[in-house]
Amino acid sequence: MSAAYLARRIAAILLVLLIVSFAVFAITQILPGNAAVMILGEYATPDNLAALQLKLGLNDPWYVQYFSWLGRMLQGDWGTSVTLSQPVKTLIGGALWNSGLLALAALVLVTVIAIPMGILSALRRGTFIDLIIGLFGYLGTAIPEFVTATLLLVFFAGPDYGFLPAGGFVPLGESVSGFLYHLILPVVTLSIVLMAHIARQVRSEMSDVLASDYIRAARLKGIPERSVVTRHALRNAMAPAIAVISLDVGYLLGGILVVEEIFAWPGLGRLMIFALQNRDLPLIQATTLVLAGAYAVSNLIADIVIAMIDPRVRYA
Amino acid sequence: MRELFRHPTGVAGVILLSLIAIAVILGPWIAPYDPQQFHTTARLQGPSLSYWLGTDQFGRDLFSRMLDGARATITFGLGATILGVVAGSIIGVTAGTMGRSVDSVIMRLVDGLLAVPDLLFTLLIVTVLGAGTGHAMLAIAVAFTPGLARISRSAVLSVRTKDFVQAAIARGEPRAYVILREVLPNTIGPVIVEATIRVSFAIMLGATLGFLGLGAQPPSTEWGLMIAEARQYMFRNPWCVAVPGVAIAMAALGFNLIGDALRDLIDPRSRR
Repeated sequence: MSAAYLARRIAAILLVLLIVSFAVFAITQILPGNAAVMILGEYATPDNLAALQLKLGLNDPWYVQYFSWLGRMLQGDWGTSVTLSQPVKTLIGGALWNSGLLALAALVLVTVIAIPMGILSALRRGTFIDLIIGLFGYLGTAIPEFVTATLLLVFFAGPDYGFLPAGGFVPLGESVSGFLYHLILPVVTLSIVLMAHIARQVRSEMSDVLASDYIRAARLKGIPERSVVTRHALRNAMAPAIAVISLDVGYLLGGILVVEEIFAWPGLGRLMIFALQNRDLPLIQATTLVLAGAYAVSNLIADIVIAMIDPRVRYA
Repeated sequence: MRELFRHPTGVAGVILLSLIAIAVILGPWIAPYDPQQFHTTARLQGPSLSYWLGTDQFGRDLFSRMLDGARATITFGLGATILGVVAGSIIGVTAGTMGRSVDSVIMRLVDGLLAVPDLLFTLLIVTVLGAGTGHAMLAIAVAFTPGLARISRSAVLSVRTKDFVQAAIARGEPRAYVILREVLPNTIGPVIVEATIRVSFAIMLGATLGFLGLGAQPPSTEWGLMIAEARQYMFRNPWCVAVPGVAIAMAALGFNLIGDALRDLIDPRSRR
């Protein structure tokens, strides 16, 4: 991993964000009802509308509007939410933190459970355990988050025998136990799909590695099985597993949209759905860019981790 | 086809999809009731002899509604995927055959769009177009396009250097002939595998949009919408949400399993 590679990857991310920013800008331009109508409401007089349109630069050609918007975003002026009348930056800041905690908890849970599950499955190929894990792998990826969430709610948050909150949020600073209590169902919902997918990938990587010549050689040399698995096989199966986890972050972000909406978790996903429902242009633009940026950065981090684990990976 | 039955996943997939196909084709004849008919004396009931899977908040028969929803859900999934595959393949094949500069411009754009998670992309497009089944289908197709463009392009690139393509070029065949008759038929395999798996994503995404109120609208029997409508009553009758939930899982699982089995068939090296 050279500095030049890192610089090139960061440049690529910036290019991606530029393309995304353009797409987001284009989409918000096509949306019916422009910003002036939204700010003044339906009953504004034509004169007032024309004046505000002039002030907001809505009569300029689209490229002038795009670059002045991009310039403002880059300078940190993300505008004011039309519906909430608060600076977009403040709204995003709090939501990003809440979503980050949710995503992090899900990723940790997934890594801790799915990777050993996949390894176990590969080591016990063709046994009952393998079958159960395999079934979980298929079922987990075939059930969308909103269904899992709804079924979990029925089982664990019902009025009769439910013991978990059906939704809501307690800030971490206020009460750690309250925070964790509200975290359980959203995190479990988010994790099931990812666990299923990652366990499947780890299993297939690990089976390939275990069947390879150098593992056979290590076994023939008389190295204890435990050492063969942990020192020889695991290391080679890990890099692809991490690549899968990083790609799944995109899926996680999609899941966050749904899960936050269902469990009333005040994060970025809920903010974005709110923005979309209310056609709050500045908020739509900012939430989308932040989510796309988070995805790009997580992919970069994964590349760096993979290069650290597997010395053969040389990103020149 | 016979090969497909050697894989246990293929067998399971074929069974699931056959059940779904029966619901799609014969649904209206199997259904014991009209899916929209209210039975006001039998609201929110569990399974019984007269209502096999119970009833919803208006006393509508859940079994009949599930059968009726199969049509909407499956046509939705297939439609969105086919649109995405066609658009993606056109872009991918163009990128793979039109020379380096066209290729790099297209692929940069594709990479940029791939950096947006599917659901987010779909939500943005639906917001522009407005809620509704057709719009949701279009949005998912657009969201699928960059991924399929990438896959069909890489398939084209790997075929392009093969001897039979070089031979056709050397014979002096016209460019269109080489692309349509030599390259395309050999790129179909990976695209079909990807498309089959994507159908299950499309079904899940479509149901999610229906659930969020952005896809199918009431009184449609689309499965995601059924769950959304019954959510208020789920503690009184869990069957309202469980029946469409299981239906979605069965459809998604069916296409997933078949896709995996097809992948094994086409590329025997990818052991699992």
